[in-house]
Amino acid sequence: MKRKHKRLTFVAIALLLLGAAAALVLSAFEDSIVFFYSPTELAEKNVVDGRHVRIGGLVKEGSIKKGEGAVTLFEVTDLSNTIAVSFTGLLPDLFREGQGVVAEGKLKDGVFMASDVLAKHDENYMPPEVADALKKSGQWNTGGNPPAKEESAK
Amino acid sequence: MFHRFANPARFLRFAAVIQPWIAGLTVLLFAVGLYLGLLASPADYQQGETVRMMYVHVPSAWMALFCYTGMAISCGVALIWKHPLADLAAKATAPVGASFTFLALVTGSLWGKPMWGAWWVWDARLTSMLVLFFLYLGYMALNNAFDDPGRGSKASSILALVGFVNVPIIKFSVDWWNTLHQPASVVKMGGPAIHASILSPLLVMGVAFTTYYLWVLLIRIRREVTANKVRALQMRQASRGEQ
Repeated sequence: MKRKHKRLTFVAIALLLLGAAAALVLSAFEDSIVFFYSPTELAEKNVVDGRHVRIGGLVKEGSIKKGEGAVTLFEVTDLSNTIAVSFTGLLPDLFREGQGVVAEGKLKDGVFMASDVLAKHDENYMPPEVADALKKSGQWNTGGNPPAKEESAK
Repeated sequence: MFHRFANPARFLRFAAVIQPWIAGLTVLLFAVGLYLGLLASPADYQQGETVRMMYVHVPSAWMALFCYTGMAISCGVALIWKHPLADLAAKATAPVGASFTFLALVTGSLWGKPMWGAWWVWDARLTSMLVLFFLYLGYMALNNAFDDPGRGSKASSILALVGFVNVPIIKFSVDWWNTLHQPASVVKMGGPAIHASILSPLLVMGVAFTTYYLWVLLIRIRREVTANKVRALQMRQASRGEQ
């Protein structure tokens, strides 16, 4: 075997091992790499009251209510489970019904008390006229990026 | 076929011929891309005018990954086959790739504030992109950390190859974990999820960024080859002076 072939084999094997090691580490830490839990995962994980977590999903249609002062109440759903959220403060522009959101905060008596709400948008880009035309012809599959759909498919 | 251009002298002649053409093409593509992106394309149904940030952000992020992949391949070729130009190409790519990564991070941050409501979050996509930026910086630092340039390029080549693990992680981070960053729009199963009127300026800008990189790469490799020649001459002169 020539020296350069030796080096080639060595580099190839080292990269393979490294890739395998990285895959193992990442799958072991999956729980801490995910940015948020869906309402279903939140229920499954038995997250205790007062623990700081992020939840994500779609803002349920017709669930947005104004509370006292600057309080907004809404529900986040992953289409199989739903959780009530209470947030005090300014919401991002993209926040609306059917939109993907990520809320940061803690659970208190079954209500998620959010300290921060971020809007999530999907990977679809189109001019407004095209969006209107799609909605009119009924080919629109609800706005927002449903992370929940991926979760329930697993 | 590429072996022919691995000869520095032949490469220099070839580079001198194509460089003005690439420069012209870059200017033309940027003019067309910016016109399409800033004036001729529509606003997005959801994000409004801020969608135009995409025409800089997405090509920068593509180039950040493209440059790193090119750099890692060059480093592999330099380590295994000891081609002199491969080492120079890797060295010349690093600062360009780092700049693209920086641009992607900054434009992403400026876009994230109005759309998501945050300048920065520690989700898998953003964090792995920041790691890529540090890998570029680490490569450049290590490359210059030795008195003997040969040892520096060997050590930094190994770092670049190890860091390549991060590239697929960046690409698939949005599919493997839930993130605030949305999934891929262009390179994905089932074709792009972008309307043609928004996709075409994006692709033109993507090609413009690529030719820009090739242009800068040619300039930097030519400069490196010349600098090496000067260094060799100085060494010869110095050794003659000692006698």
